[in-house]
Amino acid sequence: MTRRELPINDDGDVVRVRQLVRSVAVDARLSLVEQTKLVTAASELARNTLTYGGGGAATVEHITNGTKSGVRAIFRDKGPGIADLDLALTDGYTSGKGLGLGLGGARRLVDEFSVESSPGSGTTVTVTKWAR
Amino acid sequence: MDSVPILKIGDVLLVSIQTDLQDEAVMALQESLAERISSTGASGVIIDISVLDVVDSFAGRMLATVAAISRVLDAETVVVGMRPAVAITLVEMGLSLDGIKTALDLERGMRLLSGDGALA
Amino acid sequence: MEAGIFTRIAQLCRAREERLSERWRALVSASLGGRVPETQVDKEQREILDVLLTALALGAGRDIEAEPYAELRALLMELSRSRAQQGFSPRETAISVFALKGAVLDVFDQDGDAEAFREFVAFSQLIDELALLTFETYARAREEVISSQAEQLLELATPVVKVWDGVLALPLVGTLGSARAQVVMEKLLQTLVDTGSEHAIIDITGVPAVDTQVAQHLLKTVMAARLMGAECIISGIRPQIAQTIVALGIEFGDIATKGTLADALVLAISRTGVSVGGDLTKRGR
Repeated sequence: MTRRELPINDDGDVVRVRQLVRSVAVDARLSLVEQTKLVTAASELARNTLTYGGGGAATVEHITNGTKSGVRAIFRDKGPGIADLDLALTDGYTSGKGLGLGLGGARRLVDEFSVESSPGSGTTVTVTKWAR
Repeated sequence: MDSVPILKIGDVLLVSIQTDLQDEAVMALQESLAERISSTGASGVIIDISVLDVVDSFAGRMLATVAAISRVLDAETVVVGMRPAVAITLVEMGLSLDGIKTALDLERGMRLLSGDGALA
Repeated sequence: MEAGIFTRIAQLCRAREERLSERWRALVSASLGGRVPETQVDKEQREILDVLLTALALGAGRDIEAEPYAELRALLMELSRSRAQQGFSPRETAISVFALKGAVLDVFDQDGDAEAFREFVAFSQLIDELALLTFETYARAREEVISSQAEQLLELATPVVKVWDGVLALPLVGTLGSARAQVVMEKLLQTLVDTGSEHAIIDITGVPAVDTQVAQHLLKTVMAARLMGAECIISGIRPQIAQTIVALGIEFGDIATKGTLADALVLAISRTGVSVGGDLTKRGR
Protein backbone atom coordinates (compact mmCIF):
# COMPACT_ATOMS: atom_id res chain seq x y z
CA MET A 1 0.00 0.00 0.00
CA THR A 2 1.05 3.60 -0.33
CA ARG A 3 3.57 4.55 2.32
CA ARG A 4 5.35 7.87 2.12
CA GLU A 5 7.80 9.74 4.26
CA LEU A 6 8.37 13.49 4.46
CA PRO A 7 10.96 15.45 6.40
CA ILE A 8 9.73 18.13 8.82
CA ASN A 9 12.34 20.85 8.99
CA ASP A 10 10.46 24.08 8.36
CA ASP A 11 7.00 25.70 8.12
CA GLY A 12 6.64 24.67 4.50
CA ASP A 13 7.08 21.01 5.47
CA VAL A 14 4.14 21.28 7.88
CA VAL A 15 1.96 22.37 4.95
CA ARG A 16 3.31 19.51 2.82
CA VAL A 17 2.53 17.00 5.58
CA ARG A 18 -1.06 18.31 5.65
CA GLN A 19 -1.33 17.84 1.88
CA LEU A 20 0.16 14.34 1.95
CA VAL A 21 -2.15 13.22 4.77
CA ARG A 22 -5.12 14.65 2.88
CA SER A 23 -4.31 12.72 -0.29
CA VAL A 24 -3.75 9.43 1.56
CA ALA A 25 -7.00 10.01 3.51
CA VAL A 26 -8.85 10.45 0.21
CA ASP A 27 -7.34 7.19 -1.10
CA ALA A 28 -8.42 5.43 2.10
CA ARG A 29 -11.96 6.71 1.50
CA LEU A 30 -12.29 8.63 4.75
CA SER A 31 -15.32 10.92 4.82
CA LEU A 32 -14.76 14.65 4.46
CA VAL A 33 -15.13 15.20 8.20
CA GLU A 34 -12.79 12.30 9.00
CA GLN A 35 -10.24 13.67 6.53
CA THR A 36 -10.44 17.10 8.11
CA LYS A 37 -10.02 15.74 11.63
CA LEU A 38 -7.01 13.65 10.63
CA VAL A 39 -5.35 16.43 8.64
CA THR A 40 -5.84 18.84 11.55
CA ALA A 41 -4.35 16.33 14.00
CA ALA A 42 -1.41 15.79 11.62
CA SER A 43 -0.90 19.53 11.42
CA GLU A 44 -0.71 19.81 15.22
CA LEU A 45 1.70 16.88 15.46
CA ALA A 46 3.91 18.06 12.61
CA ARG A 47 4.18 21.46 14.26
CA ASN A 48 5.08 19.79 17.58
CA THR A 49 7.80 17.82 15.78
CA LEU A 50 9.16 21.07 14.39
CA THR A 51 8.76 23.29 17.45
CA TYR A 52 9.59 20.93 20.30
CA GLY A 53 11.49 18.14 18.57
CA GLY A 54 13.69 20.47 16.53
CA GLY A 55 12.55 18.77 13.32
CA GLY A 56 12.09 15.16 12.29
CA ALA A 57 9.97 13.20 9.83
CA ALA A 58 6.44 12.01 9.18
CA THR A 59 5.47 8.63 7.71
CA VAL A 60 1.98 8.31 6.28
CA GLU A 61 0.40 5.11 5.00
CA HIS A 62 -2.92 3.70 3.89
CA ILE A 63 -3.67 0.64 6.02
CA THR A 64 -6.41 -2.00 6.06
CA ASN A 65 -7.76 -4.32 8.72
CA GLY A 66 -10.18 -6.86 7.32
CA THR A 67 -12.74 -4.76 5.46
CA LYS A 68 -11.72 -1.59 7.32
CA SER A 69 -9.65 1.03 5.59
CA GLY A 70 -7.68 3.71 7.38
CA VAL A 71 -4.65 5.96 7.56
CA ARG A 72 -1.71 5.72 9.94
CA ALA A 73 0.65 8.64 10.47
CA ILE A 74 3.83 8.48 12.51
CA PHE A 75 5.76 11.56 13.66
CA ARG A 76 9.35 11.09 14.85
CA ASP A 77 11.87 13.53 16.21
CA LYS A 78 15.21 13.28 17.95
CA GLY A 79 14.49 16.19 20.26
CA PRO A 80 14.66 16.47 24.04
CA GLY A 81 11.63 14.20 24.52
CA ILE A 82 8.65 14.76 26.79
CA ALA A 83 9.39 14.51 30.49
CA ASP A 84 5.82 14.50 31.75
CA LEU A 85 3.50 12.90 29.21
CA ASP A 86 0.33 13.33 31.28
CA LEU A 87 1.03 17.03 31.64
CA ALA A 88 1.73 17.43 27.92
CA LEU A 89 -1.62 15.82 27.11
CA THR A 90 -3.50 18.18 29.42
CA ASP A 91 -5.63 20.78 27.67
CA GLY A 92 -4.31 24.27 28.07
CA TYR A 93 -0.81 23.13 28.90
CA THR A 94 1.75 24.60 26.56
CA SER A 95 5.45 25.20 26.64
CA GLY A 96 5.43 27.18 23.41
CA LYS A 97 3.09 29.03 21.10
CA GLY A 98 -0.43 27.86 20.39
CA LEU A 99 -3.49 27.30 22.50
CA GLY A 100 -2.10 24.33 24.38
CA LEU A 101 -4.48 22.05 22.53
CA GLY A 102 -1.89 20.47 20.26
CA LEU A 103 -1.29 17.01 21.68
CA GLY A 104 -4.54 16.62 23.62
CA GLY A 105 -6.57 18.09 20.75
CA ALA A 106 -4.90 15.80 18.23
CA ARG A 107 -5.72 12.80 20.41
CA ARG A 108 -9.43 13.64 20.35
CA LEU A 109 -9.43 13.85 16.55
CA VAL A 110 -8.16 10.33 15.83
CA ASP A 111 -9.23 6.77 16.65
CA GLU A 112 -5.90 5.49 17.95
CA PHE A 113 -3.17 7.53 19.56
CA SER A 114 0.13 6.55 21.15
CA VAL A 115 3.21 8.44 22.29
CA GLU A 116 6.63 7.01 22.98
CA SER A 117 9.00 9.42 24.56
CA SER A 118 11.68 9.74 27.17
CA PRO A 119 13.98 12.64 27.99
CA GLY A 120 16.94 12.69 25.66
CA SER A 121 15.77 10.09 23.17
CA GLY A 122 13.18 11.97 21.15
CA THR A 123 9.49 11.46 20.66
CA THR A 124 7.40 9.24 18.39
CA VAL A 125 3.67 9.87 18.06
CA THR A 126 1.54 7.36 16.14
CA VAL A 127 -2.05 8.13 15.15
CA THR A 128 -4.61 6.09 13.20
CA LYS A 129 -7.97 7.04 11.78
CA TRP A 130 -10.40 4.53 10.24
CA ALA A 131 -13.04 5.16 7.64
CA ARG A 132 -16.51 4.81 9.17
CA MET B 1 5.93 33.28 0.66
CA ASP B 2 2.28 34.11 0.05
CA SER B 3 1.08 37.27 1.67
CA VAL B 4 -2.63 37.70 2.15
CA PRO B 5 -4.12 40.87 0.64
CA ILE B 6 -6.18 43.09 2.92
CA LEU B 7 -8.93 45.03 1.10
CA LYS B 8 -10.71 48.09 2.43
CA ILE B 9 -14.43 48.41 1.66
CA GLY B 10 -16.00 51.45 3.33
CA ASP B 11 -14.78 51.27 6.88
CA VAL B 12 -14.46 47.50 6.84
CA LEU B 13 -11.25 45.58 6.20
CA LEU B 14 -11.73 42.40 4.24
CA VAL B 15 -9.26 39.53 4.41
CA SER B 16 -9.94 36.66 2.09
CA ILE B 17 -7.59 33.76 2.77
CA GLN B 18 -7.06 31.92 -0.51
CA THR B 19 -4.62 29.09 0.28
CA ASP B 20 -3.41 26.80 3.00
CA LEU B 21 -1.09 29.17 4.91
CA GLN B 22 2.29 28.52 6.44
CA ASP B 23 2.60 29.50 10.09
CA GLU B 24 4.88 32.37 9.15
CA ALA B 25 2.26 33.81 6.80
CA VAL B 26 -0.37 33.48 9.53
CA MET B 27 1.77 35.52 11.91
CA ALA B 28 2.51 38.11 9.21
CA LEU B 29 -1.21 38.50 8.52
CA GLN B 30 -1.93 39.04 12.19
CA GLU B 31 0.65 41.84 12.36
CA SER B 32 -0.32 43.63 9.17
CA LEU B 33 -4.00 43.48 10.12
CA ALA B 34 -3.35 45.20 13.45
CA GLU B 35 -1.42 47.89 11.60
CA ARG B 36 -4.12 48.42 8.97
CA ILE B 37 -6.91 48.66 11.55
CA SER B 38 -5.03 51.36 13.37
CA SER B 39 -3.94 53.29 10.23
CA THR B 40 -7.38 53.21 8.55
CA GLY B 41 -9.51 53.55 11.65
CA ALA B 42 -11.64 50.67 10.35
CA SER B 43 -14.66 49.75 12.45
CA GLY B 44 -14.87 46.17 11.29
CA VAL B 45 -12.78 43.27 10.05
CA ILE B 46 -14.10 40.36 8.02
CA ILE B 47 -11.96 37.27 7.66
CA ASP B 48 -13.26 34.97 4.94
CA ILE B 49 -12.04 31.39 5.49
CA SER B 50 -14.44 29.65 3.10
CA VAL B 51 -11.54 28.31 1.06
CA LEU B 52 -9.71 26.78 4.03
CA ASP B 53 -10.21 23.04 4.41
CA VAL B 54 -8.12 22.92 7.59
CA VAL B 55 -7.96 25.26 10.55
CA ASP B 56 -5.67 23.91 13.26
CA SER B 57 -5.07 25.35 16.73
CA PHE B 58 -2.37 27.67 15.39
CA ALA B 59 -4.68 29.27 12.83
CA GLY B 60 -7.51 29.21 15.39
CA ARG B 61 -5.34 31.13 17.82
CA MET B 62 -4.60 33.69 15.09
CA LEU B 63 -8.34 34.25 14.57
CA ALA B 64 -8.88 34.68 18.31
CA THR B 65 -5.92 37.03 18.61
CA VAL B 66 -7.01 39.18 15.66
CA ALA B 67 -10.47 39.46 17.21
CA ALA B 68 -8.98 40.49 20.55
CA ILE B 69 -6.58 43.01 19.00
CA SER B 70 -9.29 44.61 16.88
CA ARG B 71 -11.55 44.89 19.90
CA VAL B 72 -8.83 46.84 21.67
CA LEU B 73 -8.57 49.02 18.57
CA ASP B 74 -12.35 49.54 18.60
CA ALA B 75 -13.14 47.33 15.62
CA GLU B 76 -15.38 44.25 15.42
CA THR B 77 -14.16 41.02 13.79
CA VAL B 78 -16.41 38.58 11.96
CA VAL B 79 -15.13 35.24 10.69
CA VAL B 80 -17.18 34.12 7.70
CA GLY B 81 -17.56 30.96 5.63
CA MET B 82 -16.21 28.33 7.99
CA ARG B 83 -16.83 24.93 6.44
CA PRO B 84 -18.89 22.34 8.37
CA ALA B 85 -16.03 19.84 8.57
CA VAL B 86 -13.72 22.54 9.92
CA ALA B 87 -16.31 23.63 12.51
CA ILE B 88 -16.87 20.04 13.68
CA THR B 89 -13.10 19.53 13.97
CA LEU B 90 -12.56 22.71 15.99
CA VAL B 91 -15.37 21.76 18.37
CA GLU B 92 -13.99 18.22 18.71
CA MET B 93 -10.56 19.66 19.48
CA GLY B 94 -12.06 21.82 22.20
CA LEU B 95 -11.51 25.13 20.46
CA SER B 96 -14.58 27.30 21.06
CA LEU B 97 -13.25 30.61 19.69
CA ASP B 98 -15.18 32.52 22.33
CA GLY B 99 -15.79 36.14 21.58
CA ILE B 100 -15.50 35.76 17.82
CA LYS B 101 -18.51 36.67 15.76
CA THR B 102 -19.30 34.41 12.84
CA ALA B 103 -21.47 34.48 9.73
CA LEU B 104 -22.31 31.97 7.02
CA ASP B 105 -20.92 34.08 4.21
CA LEU B 106 -19.42 37.43 3.27
CA GLU B 107 -22.77 39.12 2.61
CA ARG B 108 -24.16 38.13 6.00
CA GLY B 109 -20.88 39.14 7.63
CA MET B 110 -21.18 42.63 6.16
CA ARG B 111 -24.79 42.83 7.30
CA LEU B 112 -23.78 41.76 10.81
CA LEU B 113 -21.20 44.55 10.98
CA SER B 114 -23.55 47.25 9.69
CA GLY B 115 -26.28 46.02 12.04
CA ASP B 116 -23.92 46.41 14.96
CA GLY B 117 -23.05 49.89 13.77
CA ALA B 118 -26.72 50.87 13.81
CA LEU B 119 -27.14 49.58 17.35
CA ALA B 120 -24.03 51.28 18.71
CA MET C 1 4.82 -33.22 -12.03
CA GLU C 2 2.43 -30.30 -11.50
CA ALA C 3 2.81 -28.86 -14.98
CA GLY C 4 0.46 -30.30 -17.51
CA ILE C 5 -1.52 -32.47 -15.11
CA PHE C 6 -4.73 -31.51 -16.84
CA THR C 7 -3.63 -31.80 -20.49
CA ARG C 8 -5.58 -35.00 -21.10
CA ILE C 9 -8.76 -33.54 -19.63
CA ALA C 10 -8.24 -30.32 -21.56
CA GLN C 11 -7.93 -32.27 -24.82
CA LEU C 12 -10.97 -34.40 -24.17
CA CYS C 13 -13.09 -31.41 -23.20
CA ARG C 14 -11.95 -29.27 -26.08
CA ALA C 15 -12.88 -32.04 -28.52
CA ARG C 16 -16.35 -32.23 -26.99
CA GLU C 17 -16.76 -28.56 -26.11
CA GLU C 18 -20.18 -28.21 -27.70
CA ARG C 19 -21.72 -31.19 -25.89
CA LEU C 20 -20.06 -30.17 -22.62
CA SER C 21 -21.39 -26.61 -22.84
CA GLU C 22 -24.87 -27.81 -23.47
CA ARG C 23 -24.84 -30.28 -20.60
CA TRP C 24 -23.38 -27.66 -18.25
CA ARG C 25 -25.93 -25.07 -19.28
CA ALA C 26 -28.77 -27.53 -18.74
CA LEU C 27 -27.56 -28.27 -15.19
CA VAL C 28 -27.16 -24.60 -14.27
CA SER C 29 -30.33 -23.34 -15.90
CA ALA C 30 -32.34 -25.89 -13.96
CA SER C 31 -30.98 -24.57 -10.68
CA LEU C 32 -31.43 -20.89 -11.60
CA GLY C 33 -35.10 -21.56 -12.38
CA GLY C 34 -35.12 -19.34 -15.42
CA ARG C 35 -34.25 -16.18 -13.55
CA VAL C 36 -31.28 -15.62 -15.81
CA PRO C 37 -32.03 -15.88 -19.56
CA GLU C 38 -30.60 -19.07 -21.07
CA THR C 39 -28.81 -17.13 -23.76
CA GLN C 40 -26.95 -15.21 -21.07
CA VAL C 41 -26.05 -18.35 -19.13
CA ASP C 42 -24.84 -19.88 -22.37
CA LYS C 43 -22.68 -16.89 -23.22
CA GLU C 44 -21.18 -16.65 -19.74
CA GLN C 45 -20.36 -20.33 -19.60
CA ARG C 46 -18.88 -20.62 -23.06
CA GLU C 47 -16.53 -17.82 -22.15
CA ILE C 48 -15.59 -19.40 -18.82
CA LEU C 49 -15.09 -22.83 -20.39
CA ASP C 50 -12.94 -21.45 -23.17
CA VAL C 51 -10.72 -19.52 -20.76
CA LEU C 52 -10.46 -22.51 -18.42
CA LEU C 53 -9.52 -24.97 -21.20
CA THR C 54 -6.99 -22.54 -22.61
CA ALA C 55 -5.33 -22.25 -19.20
CA LEU C 56 -5.33 -26.03 -18.72
CA ALA C 57 -3.87 -26.63 -22.15
CA LEU C 58 -1.09 -24.19 -21.30
CA GLY C 59 -0.17 -26.47 -18.42
CA ALA C 60 -1.86 -24.67 -15.54
CA GLY C 61 -1.94 -26.75 -12.34
CA ARG C 62 -3.99 -26.89 -9.17
CA ASP C 63 -3.09 -23.43 -7.85
CA ILE C 64 -5.90 -21.08 -8.86
CA GLU C 65 -3.84 -18.08 -7.77
CA ALA C 66 -1.34 -18.87 -10.54
CA GLU C 67 -0.89 -16.51 -13.45
CA PRO C 68 -2.55 -18.64 -16.20
CA TYR C 69 -5.81 -18.46 -14.22
CA ALA C 70 -5.85 -14.66 -13.91
CA GLU C 71 -8.45 -14.16 -16.63
CA LEU C 72 -10.59 -17.02 -15.31
CA ARG C 73 -10.53 -15.57 -11.80
CA ALA C 74 -11.60 -12.18 -13.11
CA LEU C 75 -14.48 -13.76 -15.04
CA LEU C 76 -15.72 -15.77 -12.05
CA MET C 77 -15.47 -12.80 -9.69
CA GLU C 78 -17.42 -10.66 -12.11
CA LEU C 79 -20.08 -13.38 -12.39
CA SER C 80 -20.36 -13.77 -8.59
CA ARG C 81 -20.57 -10.05 -8.05
CA SER C 82 -23.41 -9.62 -10.52
CA ARG C 83 -25.27 -12.65 -9.07
CA ALA C 84 -24.90 -11.19 -5.56
CA GLN C 85 -26.19 -7.81 -6.66
CA GLN C 86 -29.15 -9.40 -8.43
CA GLY C 87 -30.09 -11.16 -5.20
CA PHE C 88 -29.26 -14.77 -6.08
CA SER C 89 -28.35 -17.07 -3.21
CA PRO C 90 -24.75 -18.18 -2.65
CA ARG C 91 -25.86 -21.70 -3.65
CA GLU C 92 -27.25 -20.50 -6.95
CA THR C 93 -24.03 -18.64 -7.55
CA ALA C 94 -21.56 -21.41 -6.74
CA ILE C 95 -23.58 -24.05 -8.59
CA SER C 96 -22.55 -22.42 -11.85
CA VAL C 97 -19.05 -23.65 -11.17
CA PHE C 98 -19.80 -26.89 -9.33
CA ALA C 99 -22.09 -28.07 -12.13
CA LEU C 100 -19.11 -28.19 -14.46
CA LYS C 101 -17.90 -31.24 -12.54
CA GLY C 102 -21.11 -33.10 -13.32
CA ALA C 103 -21.03 -32.03 -16.93
CA VAL C 104 -17.43 -33.19 -17.41
CA LEU C 105 -18.19 -36.49 -15.70
CA ASP C 106 -21.21 -37.09 -17.93
CA VAL C 107 -19.10 -36.53 -21.00
CA PHE C 108 -16.34 -38.83 -19.71
CA ASP C 109 -18.88 -41.51 -18.93
CA GLN C 110 -19.42 -41.80 -22.63
CA ASP C 111 -15.93 -41.17 -24.05
CA GLY C 112 -13.43 -41.20 -21.21
CA ASP C 113 -10.43 -43.39 -20.57
CA ALA C 114 -8.60 -44.48 -17.40
CA GLU C 115 -6.00 -41.72 -17.75
CA ALA C 116 -8.68 -39.05 -17.88
CA PHE C 117 -10.43 -40.44 -14.82
CA ARG C 118 -7.21 -40.27 -12.82
CA GLU C 119 -6.85 -36.62 -13.77
CA PHE C 120 -10.45 -36.06 -12.80
CA VAL C 121 -9.70 -36.33 -9.06
CA ALA C 122 -7.31 -33.40 -9.23
CA PHE C 123 -9.66 -31.61 -11.62
CA SER C 124 -12.45 -31.96 -9.08
CA GLN C 125 -10.30 -30.23 -6.45
CA LEU C 126 -9.56 -27.44 -8.89
CA ILE C 127 -13.26 -26.88 -9.46
CA ASP C 128 -13.85 -26.81 -5.69
CA GLU C 129 -11.22 -24.11 -5.35
CA LEU C 130 -12.80 -22.08 -8.13
CA ALA C 131 -16.23 -22.44 -6.52
CA LEU C 132 -14.82 -21.25 -3.19
CA LEU C 133 -13.54 -18.18 -5.01
CA THR C 134 -17.08 -17.41 -6.17
CA PHE C 135 -18.30 -17.86 -2.58
CA GLU C 136 -15.79 -15.38 -1.26
CA THR C 137 -16.50 -12.84 -3.95
CA TYR C 138 -20.21 -13.32 -3.43
CA ALA C 139 -19.92 -12.70 0.33
CA ARG C 140 -17.83 -9.57 -0.21
CA ALA C 141 -20.26 -8.20 -2.77
CA ARG C 142 -23.19 -8.81 -0.39
CA GLU C 143 -21.37 -7.00 2.39
CA GLU C 144 -20.92 -4.01 0.10
CA VAL C 145 -24.62 -4.06 -0.73
CA ILE C 146 -25.53 -4.23 2.97
CA SER C 147 -23.26 -1.39 4.03
CA SER C 148 -24.49 0.87 1.26
CA GLN C 149 -28.07 0.10 2.27
CA ALA C 150 -27.24 0.93 5.90
CA GLU C 151 -25.91 4.27 4.72
CA GLN C 152 -29.02 4.94 2.67
CA LEU C 153 -31.18 4.12 5.68
CA LEU C 154 -29.24 6.62 7.79
CA GLU C 155 -29.80 9.24 5.13
CA LEU C 156 -33.50 8.48 4.92
CA ALA C 157 -33.91 8.60 8.67
CA THR C 158 -32.55 12.13 8.92
CA PRO C 159 -34.49 14.58 6.81
CA VAL C 160 -33.45 18.21 7.01
CA VAL C 161 -36.34 20.41 5.89
CA LYS C 162 -36.59 24.10 5.23
CA VAL C 163 -39.61 25.35 7.20
CA TRP C 164 -39.19 29.08 6.69
CA ASP C 165 -36.91 31.37 4.80
CA GLY C 166 -33.63 30.98 6.69
CA VAL C 167 -34.96 28.34 9.08
CA LEU C 168 -34.22 24.61 8.86
CA ALA C 169 -35.88 21.90 10.93
CA LEU C 170 -34.47 18.51 11.75
CA PRO C 171 -37.18 16.30 13.24
CA LEU C 172 -35.41 13.31 14.77
CA VAL C 173 -37.38 10.11 15.21
CA GLY C 174 -36.18 6.92 16.83
CA THR C 175 -33.07 5.87 18.66
CA LEU C 176 -30.18 8.20 18.11
CA GLY C 177 -27.02 6.13 18.11
CA SER C 178 -23.60 7.67 17.99
CA ALA C 179 -23.07 6.91 14.29
CA ARG C 180 -26.44 8.34 13.32
CA ALA C 181 -25.95 11.39 15.55
CA GLN C 182 -22.76 12.08 13.64
CA VAL C 183 -24.43 11.76 10.24
CA VAL C 184 -27.26 14.02 11.41
CA MET C 185 -24.81 16.64 12.59
CA GLU C 186 -22.88 16.70 9.34
CA LYS C 187 -25.99 16.80 7.22
CA LEU C 188 -27.56 19.64 9.18
CA LEU C 189 -24.43 21.77 9.05
CA GLN C 190 -23.96 21.18 5.33
CA THR C 191 -27.60 22.09 4.66
CA LEU C 192 -27.15 25.33 6.61
CA VAL C 193 -24.42 26.28 4.15
CA ASP C 194 -26.25 25.02 1.05
CA THR C 195 -29.45 26.90 1.84
CA GLY C 196 -27.85 29.92 3.52
CA SER C 197 -29.98 29.36 6.62
CA GLU C 198 -28.95 31.04 9.87
CA HIS C 199 -31.37 29.13 12.08
CA ALA C 200 -31.94 25.46 12.77
CA ILE C 201 -34.42 23.64 14.96
CA ILE C 202 -33.42 20.22 16.21
CA ASP C 203 -36.63 18.54 17.33
CA ILE C 204 -36.14 15.47 19.51
CA THR C 205 -39.81 14.80 20.34
CA GLY C 206 -39.49 11.41 18.64
CA VAL C 207 -36.32 10.39 20.42
CA PRO C 208 -37.11 8.01 23.31
CA ALA C 209 -33.84 8.41 25.21
CA VAL C 210 -30.45 10.03 25.04
CA ASP C 211 -27.19 8.93 26.58
CA THR C 212 -24.15 11.05 27.40
CA GLN C 213 -22.64 10.54 23.97
CA VAL C 214 -25.75 11.58 22.10
CA ALA C 215 -26.27 14.62 24.32
CA GLN C 216 -22.65 15.57 23.65
CA HIS C 217 -23.26 15.22 19.91
CA LEU C 218 -26.22 17.57 20.13
CA LEU C 219 -24.11 20.07 22.03
CA LYS C 220 -21.27 19.81 19.55
CA THR C 221 -23.69 20.34 16.66
CA VAL C 222 -24.94 23.53 18.23
CA MET C 223 -21.40 24.75 18.87
CA ALA C 224 -20.22 23.90 15.36
CA ALA C 225 -23.23 25.70 13.88
CA ARG C 226 -22.28 28.77 15.91
CA LEU C 227 -18.75 28.69 14.55
CA MET C 228 -20.29 28.77 11.09
CA GLY C 229 -22.57 31.66 11.94
CA ALA C 230 -25.86 29.88 12.62
CA GLU C 231 -27.99 29.38 15.74
CA CYS C 232 -29.75 26.20 16.82
CA ILE C 233 -32.83 25.69 18.95
CA ILE C 234 -33.51 22.32 20.52
CA SER C 235 -37.18 21.46 20.91
CA GLY C 236 -39.25 18.58 22.23
CA ILE C 237 -37.03 17.54 25.11
CA ARG C 238 -39.08 14.99 27.07
CA PRO C 239 -39.11 15.19 30.87
CA GLN C 240 -37.13 11.94 31.18
CA ILE C 241 -34.51 13.25 28.79
CA ALA C 242 -34.30 16.53 30.71
CA GLN C 243 -33.70 14.47 33.85
CA THR C 244 -30.99 12.45 32.11
CA ILE C 245 -29.29 15.58 30.87
CA VAL C 246 -29.23 17.09 34.34
CA ALA C 247 -28.23 13.82 36.01
CA LEU C 248 -25.36 13.39 33.57
CA GLY C 249 -24.15 16.85 34.44
CA ILE C 250 -24.27 17.99 30.83
CA GLU C 251 -24.27 21.76 30.60
CA PHE C 252 -26.71 23.08 27.98
CA GLY C 253 -25.62 26.58 28.90
CA ASP C 254 -27.12 29.30 26.75
CA ILE C 255 -28.58 26.98 24.11
CA ALA C 256 -32.19 27.86 23.41
CA THR C 257 -34.66 25.09 24.20
CA LYS C 258 -38.40 25.03 23.53
CA GLY C 259 -41.12 22.59 24.50
CA THR C 260 -42.56 22.10 21.04
CA LEU C 261 -41.45 22.42 17.46
CA ALA C 262 -44.11 25.14 16.99
CA ASP C 263 -42.68 27.28 19.80
CA ALA C 264 -39.20 26.80 18.43
CA LEU C 265 -40.39 27.88 15.00
CA VAL C 266 -41.90 31.08 16.41
CA LEU C 267 -38.62 31.88 18.15
CA ALA C 268 -36.57 31.11 15.03
CA ILE C 269 -38.79 33.23 12.80
CA SER C 270 -38.66 36.15 15.20
CA ARG C 271 -34.88 35.83 15.21
CA THR C 272 -34.83 36.19 11.44
CA GLY C 273 -36.21 39.65 12.02
CA VAL C 274 -39.80 39.01 10.95
CA SER C 275 -42.31 40.23 13.49
CA VAL C 276 -44.60 37.36 14.28
CA GLY C 277 -48.31 38.09 14.54
CA GLY C 278 -50.35 37.39 17.67
CA ASP C 279 -52.09 34.35 16.23
CA LEU C 280 -48.82 32.72 15.32
CA THR C 281 -47.24 33.20 18.75
CA LYS C 282 -50.19 31.51 20.41
CA ARG C 283 -50.09 28.51 18.15
CA GLY C 284 -49.20 25.27 19.85
CA ARG C 285 -49.98 26.45 23.38
